[in-house]
Amino acid sequence: MIRSALAALLITAAAPLSAQSVAIVGGTVALGDGSEPIQNANVVIRNGKIVGAGYNYPVPRDAEIIDARGKWVTPGIVAGFSRLGLAEVDLSMHEEEGAGGSQDTAGSADDSTPNGPFSAAIDVVPAINPLNTTIAVNRADGVTRAVVAPNAGRSIFAGQGAVIDLGADMDPVTARRRFQFVELGQAGAEHAGGSRASAHVLFRNALREASELQRYAVSVSSNAIPEQGEDPVIKDPNESRLIGPNAKRSEDVMLTRFDAAALVPVLQGKQYLLVHVERASDILQVLRLKREFPNLKLVIVGATEGWTVADKIAASGIPVIASAANDLPASFEQLAATWSNVGRMRNAGVKVSIGMIDDNDTRYLFNERQYAGNLVGLARVPGATAVSWGDAMAMLTSAPAAAVGLEGQIGSLKAGRRGDVVIWNGDPLEMTSNVDAVWIDGVKQPLETRQTKLRDRYRDLTPNTLPEAYRR
Amino acid sequence: MIRGAIASLALLALVGCANNPPPKKKAAPVRINEDPYPSTYHAYPGTLTVIRGATIFDGEGGQIDNGTIVLADGAIQAVGGADTPVPAGAYEVDGHGKWVTPGVIDVHSHLGDYPSPGTSSLSDGNEATGPVRPEVWAEHSVWPQDAGFSRALANGGITTLQVLPGSANLFGGRSVVLKNVPARTVQGMKFPGAPYGLKMACGENPKRVYGQKGGPQTRMGNIAVTRATWLKAQSYKRKWEKYERDGGDMPERDLAMDTLRGVLDGKILVHNHCYRADEMAIMIDLSHEMGYKITAFHHAVEAYKIADLLQKEGICAAMWADWWGFKMEAYDGIKENIPFVDKAGACAIVHSDDPNGIQHLNQEAAKALADGRRAGYNITDASAWRWLAINPAKALGIADKTGSLKQGKMADVVLWNGNPLSTYTRPDKVWIDGAMMYDAENPRIRPVSDFELGQPGEGDVK
Repeated sequence: MIRSALAALLITAAAPLSAQSVAIVGGTVALGDGSEPIQNANVVIRNGKIVGAGYNYPVPRDAEIIDARGKWVTPGIVAGFSRLGLAEVDLSMHEEEGAGGSQDTAGSADDSTPNGPFSAAIDVVPAINPLNTTIAVNRADGVTRAVVAPNAGRSIFAGQGAVIDLGADMDPVTARRRFQFVELGQAGAEHAGGSRASAHVLFRNALREASELQRYAVSVSSNAIPEQGEDPVIKDPNESRLIGPNAKRSEDVMLTRFDAAALVPVLQGKQYLLVHVERASDILQVLRLKREFPNLKLVIVGATEGWTVADKIAASGIPVIASAANDLPASFEQLAATWSNVGRMRNAGVKVSIGMIDDNDTRYLFNERQYAGNLVGLARVPGATAVSWGDAMAMLTSAPAAAVGLEGQIGSLKAGRRGDVVIWNGDPLEMTSNVDAVWIDGVKQPLETRQTKLRDRYRDLTPNTLPEAYRR
Repeated sequence: MIRGAIASLALLALVGCANNPPPKKKAAPVRINEDPYPSTYHAYPGTLTVIRGATIFDGEGGQIDNGTIVLADGAIQAVGGADTPVPAGAYEVDGHGKWVTPGVIDVHSHLGDYPSPGTSSLSDGNEATGPVRPEVWAEHSVWPQDAGFSRALANGGITTLQVLPGSANLFGGRSVVLKNVPARTVQGMKFPGAPYGLKMACGENPKRVYGQKGGPQTRMGNIAVTRATWLKAQSYKRKWEKYERDGGDMPERDLAMDTLRGVLDGKILVHNHCYRADEMAIMIDLSHEMGYKITAFHHAVEAYKIADLLQKEGICAAMWADWWGFKMEAYDGIKENIPFVDKAGACAIVHSDDPNGIQHLNQEAAKALADGRRAGYNITDASAWRWLAINPAKALGIADKTGSLKQGKMADVVLWNGNPLSTYTRPDKVWIDGAMMYDAENPRIRPVSDFELGQPGEGDVK
């Protein structure tokens, strides 16, 4: 792994190499934009970007030709909501009695901070380890980008999430501090001391504290700030150190200065706010926030009961990242759960994409395509609401990218997008199809993982002249 | 019940005679009722049904194209090709473009014990108050109104499932095998004649739960406590065998030891939660040492490392298609685990341990099949279906009754609206003992639990 990662680094560093064109020709190509697949189509990548794709799309003379006849070609899957790269082993050393308690995972999991002093100020990026085996395993199954959110620890505010790539290199970040993540449903109630009402007051108080600090915000366009003391050079508008030491605060503050400062870009609409809610009434409360704080760039995460208020979500224009596979009344905020949720929201005009808002968020993102296929399959179930194949593919690619404003960069095979391309040996929404090849930013990726090495070590159990430990 | 009453009478008689010494002859032994919570399940009425034109996976590896299957009187009457004789007056189902399989069997579920909604007040799956609790019975925790049963039926085609206690304990208690038919009581769901199982666990969970509560704290502690417990069970068994042979004073009954004795007598099947290859090998030796048989290792994430040993010992491995890494003992999971165990000639099973996973075991099998083929193990779709049918039926001791489409077996049958190894496919109809319990075409043939009545989404497609 380390060797291949280094190799990939070298390739990335050697810019002229990536200038070479790659033409993937003759495959069944899905653009990821909601359209249906195109037979016998070509995809061209150059300089790490998509040049174009389509039927008979011209192949540059100098391109490396990849024969994809009989194969399917799609943009890489964008995991719409995940904790990829944050945990190697979710539960390893100690757990408080019973299941689900706070965990001391001996340094192998960084997804949650129940005992730290900060909340909204937390930036998930330093916790991301691109060499986590979860990254390699998902990459080998066609996942190339992921929305990564921290788990809520001591507050309803979990902190700032990122969008990452799953490339075999040490530079995973596509967009740092892309969004703030907040819990406003059942989990929010728990983090707010016991009730949803308290969660909403905490939320408003936090934005009040942020608005006090807003006046002291350093202009991002000003490049003249010297890097000294607590006034670092600020180029990222979502940098939580944006507020200088002179900012005055009320006496009745509850948030640390960093936490309050981190919410300034949320309040200003410079940073997305992903809100996790499931229950219909909680969703409506989130829609109302938009009237109270018009600048918020809201995205709803979860929305198990979204179909019951789908017209209102659609009218708000707020995108939804949903778990496709929720159909149990697993809690009192998910009583109306049904597989038809996504299709019904989609039909009402909601901008829906698929994520994993559950225990599967650290490692099973490769199963998003299974659930997308299940949504397509609902077409044969009377009374159920399916999604088209093209829409299902978009919900795995361009739709989650669009939810966090990155549709111009990732999630489709349109010209100018990053060169994230997957070749499958069959319909990618069938789990009987496997990945043949993956490119990220135009760089061909290794598909070897710890799992494939274990497989190869033990595929033949016949005793040999040396123990298994010598096979690799 | 009746036997118990007789036992009490016999004891009273002994007490009554205390002043008047009885003759030397010992009192005859009293037999203990081994089925005090008997099944009250009964098959619901079915009609003579014929499905024609479907692709049939028989559950034992066979495939029939353009097949015909006849169900009547709760049983499979005939299975064959298009020329299979069909009785007159049958309800005809057009199976063209569809598939017919035996009902899916999940050997590892906690439905009812960890139901939806997942509130702490309904969380009844682990009696985590001591590492050795073989006296508890999972059926005494099953809440029949868990909505998960209906999802498993309608989306997963599950007709039979084993509900197990959790894995906090070395000895977690007795499992119960259920027909996936809604009932007011758990007795109304119990699979008639299915043997009980004993849930055992090795590895991380017991030591994590009890490490700070008096132990065991280590894997060696796990094994020591397990061995010591079996020694007690052997002693209990000897004491009771002597009593049953010779009569006399009835030994004190111990519910925990009753269960373990049932294992030593071969009446109760051992389902052992165990992830790592090295730990499974230790449990196998332990079972030889103590004189019992392990029926199946559950989870068995490293079964592929000892598939040859499992084959030699005749032990099934119940596995996930792709779960790995969520804890250390799952770290070496590979996607070819199921096909590699199958390739070694051992009994491979796809299991869920999950209220969502139980709804698509067919797709989990499909994933494992595809990964196996990519690794060079070429088996047919129909052969992979054994992982969901005859193999789990064997592990539950009910392979003579269900688990394949053979004449005379229970008519536990799923009609799928396409190839069940596709993500696009769902059950179209499900029969249990010949009664149609789910029909995608008819919203009235769709169970709705008491819990869901009057709630948002009642009776919706799920």
